[in-house]
Amino acid sequence: MEALEDVVKEGVDAETVEAVKGVAGKYKYGFATDIETEYAPLGLNEDIVRLISSKNDEPEWLLEWRLDAYRRWLKLDEPDWAMVNYPKIDFQNIYYYAQPVSMKEKPKSLDEVDPKLLETYAKLGIPLREQALLAGVEMPEGERKVAVDAVFDSVSVGTTFKEELGRAGVIFCSFSEAVKDHPELVRKYLGTVVPSTDNYYATLNSAVFSDGSFVFIPEGVKCPMELSTYFRINAENTGQFERTLIIAEKGAQVSYLEGCTAPQRDTNQLHAAVVEIILLEDADVKYSTVQNWYPGDENGVGGIYNFVTKRADCRGDRSKIMWTQVETGSAITWKYPSCILRGDDSQGEFYSIAIANNYQQADTGTKMIHLGKRTKSRIVSKGISAGHAQNTYRGLVTMHPKATGSRNYTQCDSLLIGNKCGAHTVPYIEVKNNSSRVEHEATTSKVDDDQLFYCLQRGVGEEEAIALIVNGFVKEVLQSLPMEFAMEAQKLVAISLEGSVG
Amino acid sequence: MLKIKNLKASLEDEDKQILKGIDLEIGAGEVHAIMGPNGSGKSTLSYVLSGKGGYVVDEGSATLDGADLLDMAPEERAAAGLFLAFQYPVEIPGVGNMTFLRTAVNSQRKARGEDELNAAEFLKLVRIEAKSLKIDAEMLKRPVNVGFSGGEKKRNEILQMAMLAPKMCILDETDSGLDVDAMKLVAEGVNAMRNGKRSFLIITHYQRLLDHIKPDVVHIMANGRIIKSGGPELALEVENNGYADLLNEVA
Repeated sequence: MEALEDVVKEGVDAETVEAVKGVAGKYKYGFATDIETEYAPLGLNEDIVRLISSKNDEPEWLLEWRLDAYRRWLKLDEPDWAMVNYPKIDFQNIYYYAQPVSMKEKPKSLDEVDPKLLETYAKLGIPLREQALLAGVEMPEGERKVAVDAVFDSVSVGTTFKEELGRAGVIFCSFSEAVKDHPELVRKYLGTVVPSTDNYYATLNSAVFSDGSFVFIPEGVKCPMELSTYFRINAENTGQFERTLIIAEKGAQVSYLEGCTAPQRDTNQLHAAVVEIILLEDADVKYSTVQNWYPGDENGVGGIYNFVTKRADCRGDRSKIMWTQVETGSAITWKYPSCILRGDDSQGEFYSIAIANNYQQADTGTKMIHLGKRTKSRIVSKGISAGHAQNTYRGLVTMHPKATGSRNYTQCDSLLIGNKCGAHTVPYIEVKNNSSRVEHEATTSKVDDDQLFYCLQRGVGEEEAIALIVNGFVKEVLQSLPMEFAMEAQKLVAISLEGSVG
Repeated sequence: MLKIKNLKASLEDEDKQILKGIDLEIGAGEVHAIMGPNGSGKSTLSYVLSGKGGYVVDEGSATLDGADLLDMAPEERAAAGLFLAFQYPVEIPGVGNMTFLRTAVNSQRKARGEDELNAAEFLKLVRIEAKSLKIDAEMLKRPVNVGFSGGEKKRNEILQMAMLAPKMCILDETDSGLDVDAMKLVAEGVNAMRNGKRSFLIITHYQRLLDHIKPDVVHIMANGRIIKSGGPELALEVENNGYADLLNEVA
């Protein structure tokens, strides 16, 4: 009657619902690690930029690049077009660099890393040990290895499976290491997708970024395992500015995951990251994010301000980028992972789940810039608003004159829970040739009383019913995530919406 | 099994009483039918018993095996064994029919302190029940009620009923929108569940469903009250003469 696969899948679905029910507490990652931390002096000026650069032993050209960005940033105004409201950020009242004192001497291997840091990641459920490898034990069947780069405040704590990846020719390390060990690659690609002049936050990031991840997949190599970076903000009153650079050469393939959390505090903290991805001919990159920064409490106090610029440049013909994001955290999310479809027949996909509860504000979406011939893009965005939250999808699809025969499909669905929240859809479409096709579909719906009552009458409790309905709403996007991530995301969806009905 | 005494209920938003004193007792294993003209309060009775929001109970009581139904949350009433087959089954996009069913079954089992069914046990049960209702694998995989035909929706309700094995089943106009063949299938499904212990309350406009599911007692409801009760012949009388005579009789 049914293939075993389907049975197992249905079982997994049901078991996830079970797991969702079992998770107690609202924000699980709100703890702070008590660790001696060294800060740069408060505020921002050229000396701070120099200090950050010297911390990473950077070459002169990179310092100049930073200073140039800083000087430019001083002349820029903070953008105000997004549908988010927050008090003006005092950029002089932020620490731009914080590192655990134990990281001053960079540990040579994971064994030398401060146990407090290892403990923190263990508590977050992030494996920083290459257990299977070290013990010489085979991985259990079905379980895949994931290499992790762990970034704690301004520094990378360590990167796992580096050697094994190295044997495949893959470079996976912290950004600061890449600057030292592979300066020619960094210099060739840094700022070529998101120039230091790009926008207010990207320019700020270019001046003060402290660390991040670097990925290089050489020609024809399929990365033997998933790569991931886990960002953790710990220090108080500190901004996190990381920079990620991913280069996939001809025919290279990689799946990259990113996760982020922060302690629960009643002050706001700034996170302004830049991610650049370069894809050469036939390269295939999958970039998945589960963003779970502290969202603030139920009255809107505290939470991370998340201003992020992420962009992929499909330079080579037939290259393919896929962004998947699950945005559940942050008090404010300002984020538009974009695709420049430069190579002919290149493809960009964007799958997004954005959940805003309580007083969260999310303004997120994507840009699909079609430059090459027969380029294709697909956007599936699922926005969920609950409590007093405001959730905006903002997207741009542009077909340039030379992008003949190109296609875009956009689907934008909003789900409202309760009657005090808002959902907004702002799609911009520009078509400058007459052989391209752009489709846009949008829906807005409510979790209605009839759906809820139907579940209740079948014996399913209210919170679980909401989780079931919402997970149904976002299913299409969850399916585009790697399996383990999808399970995490599914739980997260339910937790984020706790207390949204009542 | 189900005891309703002088039940009066109003719409929450408007000060309008819909149920004006319902008295009804359904014994274990009995099948009762409620018929009545539009707006007589039949569906409201099913909603008030199952705990839908938007209604206020003004007076009276309703118990299931002695337990006070009106004091329970809707999901507790379900776990206590009360099932409502909806007149308009609700669509839940993206949620697989099987996932929904298993979540419901296990929620109720858990609430009753029973062991939950694992995937294999559950699947075995579903297959048996689905087969007798001619529900195929495809329909089990599709999202709950999304894109189902009228007949499929009603069969799906009966499948849920069979899987949840309630003590007291209320069927709210389950025959509406069904062709003769679909109605037969549904009726067979219901009849298969009659076991001398399980009780049924069948709300319908028409006699034809009662040709297939033989009731023990037929009640006529009008203007928020049960105005007449009798045997199956009462349904035939309505079928032949309409409600007008009965209403006049009472007035």
